[in-house]
Amino acid sequence: MAIALVLVLIVVGSVLFHFLSPWWWTPIASNWDYIDHTIVITFWITGVVFAAVVLFMAYCVFRFRHREGNRAAYEPESKRLEWWLTVVTAAGVTALLVPGLFVWSQFVNVPRDATEVEVVGQQWQWSFRLPGKDGKLGTSDTRDVTPENPLGVIASDPNGQDDVVVEAADLHLPVGKPVKMLLRSIDVLHDFYVPEFRAKMDMIPGSVTYFWFTPTKTGSFQVLCAELCGQGHPLMHGVVMVDTEQDYLAWLGEQQTFAQLSAPQQTGSADQAPEKTIASGLKVAAKLETVGSR
Amino acid sequence: MVDVTPADAIPPAEVAEVELYHPHSWWTKYVFSQDAKVIAIQYSATATAIGMVALVLSWLMRLQLGFPGTFDFITPEAYYQFITMHGMIMVIYLLTALFLGGFGNYLIPLMVGARDMVFPYVNMLSYWIYLLAVLVLVASFFAPGGPTGAGWTLYPPQAIMTGTPGGQDWGIILMLVSLILFIIGFTMGGLNYVVTVLQGRTRGMTLMRMPLTVWGIFTATVMALLAFPALFVACVMMLFDRALGTSFFMPAIVEMGEQLQHGGGSPILFQHLFWFFGHPEVYIVALPAFGIVSDLISTHARKNIFGYRMMVWAIIGIGALSFVVWAHHMYVSGMHPYFGFFFATTTLIIAVPTAIKVYNWVLTLWRGDIHLTIPMLFALAFIVTFVNGGLTGLFLGNVVVDVPLSDTMFVVAHFHMVMGVAPIIVIFGAIYHWYPKVTGRMLDERLGQFHFWVTFLGAYLIFFPMHYIGLMGVPRRYHELTDVTVMTETAHHLNSFISVMALIVGFAQVVFLFNLIWSIRHGREAGGNPWRATTLEWQTPQTPPAHGNFGKELPIVYRWAYDYSVPGAKEDFIPQNMPGTFGTSKEPA
Repeated sequence: MAIALVLVLIVVGSVLFHFLSPWWWTPIASNWDYIDHTIVITFWITGVVFAAVVLFMAYCVFRFRHREGNRAAYEPESKRLEWWLTVVTAAGVTALLVPGLFVWSQFVNVPRDATEVEVVGQQWQWSFRLPGKDGKLGTSDTRDVTPENPLGVIASDPNGQDDVVVEAADLHLPVGKPVKMLLRSIDVLHDFYVPEFRAKMDMIPGSVTYFWFTPTKTGSFQVLCAELCGQGHPLMHGVVMVDTEQDYLAWLGEQQTFAQLSAPQQTGSADQAPEKTIASGLKVAAKLETVGSR
Repeated sequence: MVDVTPADAIPPAEVAEVELYHPHSWWTKYVFSQDAKVIAIQYSATATAIGMVALVLSWLMRLQLGFPGTFDFITPEAYYQFITMHGMIMVIYLLTALFLGGFGNYLIPLMVGARDMVFPYVNMLSYWIYLLAVLVLVASFFAPGGPTGAGWTLYPPQAIMTGTPGGQDWGIILMLVSLILFIIGFTMGGLNYVVTVLQGRTRGMTLMRMPLTVWGIFTATVMALLAFPALFVACVMMLFDRALGTSFFMPAIVEMGEQLQHGGGSPILFQHLFWFFGHPEVYIVALPAFGIVSDLISTHARKNIFGYRMMVWAIIGIGALSFVVWAHHMYVSGMHPYFGFFFATTTLIIAVPTAIKVYNWVLTLWRGDIHLTIPMLFALAFIVTFVNGGLTGLFLGNVVVDVPLSDTMFVVAHFHMVMGVAPIIVIFGAIYHWYPKVTGRMLDERLGQFHFWVTFLGAYLIFFPMHYIGLMGVPRRYHELTDVTVMTETAHHLNSFISVMALIVGFAQVVFLFNLIWSIRHGREAGGNPWRATTLEWQTPQTPPAHGNFGKELPIVYRWAYDYSVPGAKEDFIPQNMPGTFGTSKEPA
């Protein structure tokens, strides 16, 4: 008998936990509240099904438990009931799928006015590249990566000369402007993930992947790597600062272009990049060493 | 289909005089045995032993996650080795081996009325190659550099690079070799299970009279035979990349400032191959559990399984559909985003036959005569955990909802609930159910009650709250969460609570293990058919069944497996091999 009671308690407890516990998503800071709405729809539909099935079970266990002289009914099948349940389930699934696919089509179709920003992942740090005045990113190749050219920008491509290179430092973005994040890696798989933006995508060496979003709140947001990338994976943090237009332009003015960085007299200046607040790959490696030797 | 009478055509393997290899010595009887039942016990014992290693690994990783900074020996390197080995052991070496090699070997011949598997010698080889695969896996713990820490998915390029534990040492090589051996061994066993079901059934045992346990294991085996080759080639290719310097999965790479000699390969190709195996693998574990739990519910509720034919078609439908949903593991992998439309649709379609199975289980309880035995309790717990885990699958399968949740603790909670807790709970139920047949004695009831309550409630308390940590955006596969800003103070406390529960649930498994061993000698005598069940394994002349299973003559089957509580019949069950008509049986045909 205890089991019937416990089944009821599981339903009641789960529902109470859902509504009363302090653990819920972080406040959103992008345009993807559509995704949050879809999750809420899914919670409702699945929650009702879960409660219905488990409570029905609890009732059956209580009502039809074995007692002396009891005998089960004999009913091999019921076409009508089985088809009914199939149709209802199919309707429920459609109610989940349709809004889901609708939002997905928004997610994969990037608006025309989105600015391109490149993110480059490597063990275990984030770097960024923004198009210069020409509005175009130059082409790149992992084979061209050197200490002086950490992102592998192809020097012969004129579009790349004015690209702004942000090596192992914070990315700034203007609020309210859609951005298309172009994602590259020069070593292993990584995944650019900011929980407040809701979006994420893997970065694959040898390919360029993307997603887009519009930041809707100013502030500082933590970048996490969401694809296992070796032992420094949990320390591969970064920062995205969402600024007002004015602050953003001020920051942008302080950055160096690819041409400036690769000019002879500037060699090595990448080491003194301003606002180097995130853990660089070397720092992570050092931290791992100390953890290892503890 | 009318009742098949003994006069009907006799397929070859049903002839009573099947040539069996009779053991001549202790060695050939208990060690190099060709008896499927002995092989089943060997498989189960080996899987349980390596499963205990996975259990201890899970404690270690939970200690690190719940109490970061407390256990100095759990370095990031060690942590990744623990999660990798835990996942790999649980999915492949425990669940797959136990359901197919363990339950498949024991139950298929007995339930279809065969003397043994059709290829007993190959069946024996299958176990020994499996054991070798396990030993190679264990060896990687002692190899220089330790086992691989690439995550159980072994995604290249990191799996074979220096930044990953075991990547440029022995770990990854031993892992790949072990998987290759496992697949070879499994193929030998798998062909046996399929051919035995198709060719080895006794007279009257039509396909649509088979117990759902056999349907589940049979379909899962067919799927495994089709899915494992994808993993096999992926392992061989990665082994070549690692050992011979080829570039199947390796594009141009700069590792820590140094250009590697690879170029032109595709990391995402590996993911497609892996998940083409990996998704059917979920159902390779789930379908035997579906089958077994159907029989547990029917037997212990003294009622026929509701909608038997729909149940069979749902198993086949799920098996077929599971081959066209693999890329739902890759929504944020960077594959072409338009694939998302297709795979989200197929994935949500598979929810329909799965839901039908759940309805039919609970409708079997309706107007039943429910005996709350330990197997029945586990069956009920399975429905709760499976429904819970299945429904969160509707989050992750619905492509856009997956975007924020993918690679977070939500995924960890989901797959543990649906393919960890749920199938293992079925395994427990099945062991309590069939242990009397295997040993002749019942497992201890009080220890069983303790084991059930702690496991069921503990597992639910571990994995239900974990979904919400994932919903907060906390990523999985993090050695430390202290630097993650979305991880709040209270969420750290919740994490510690989960870790404590994990230790408690783990302890209950030690009690279960004790029960398994203790009851062999001290359990209550069971008799031949303690649950008053209809299926053939309970009708054997000896318990435990002797080599050859059924004495001089094979049983003849006169009815389906679910004639419980037939109106007008004296007993509330009619064994499948009982001739004659009783009451108003309405076998679906």
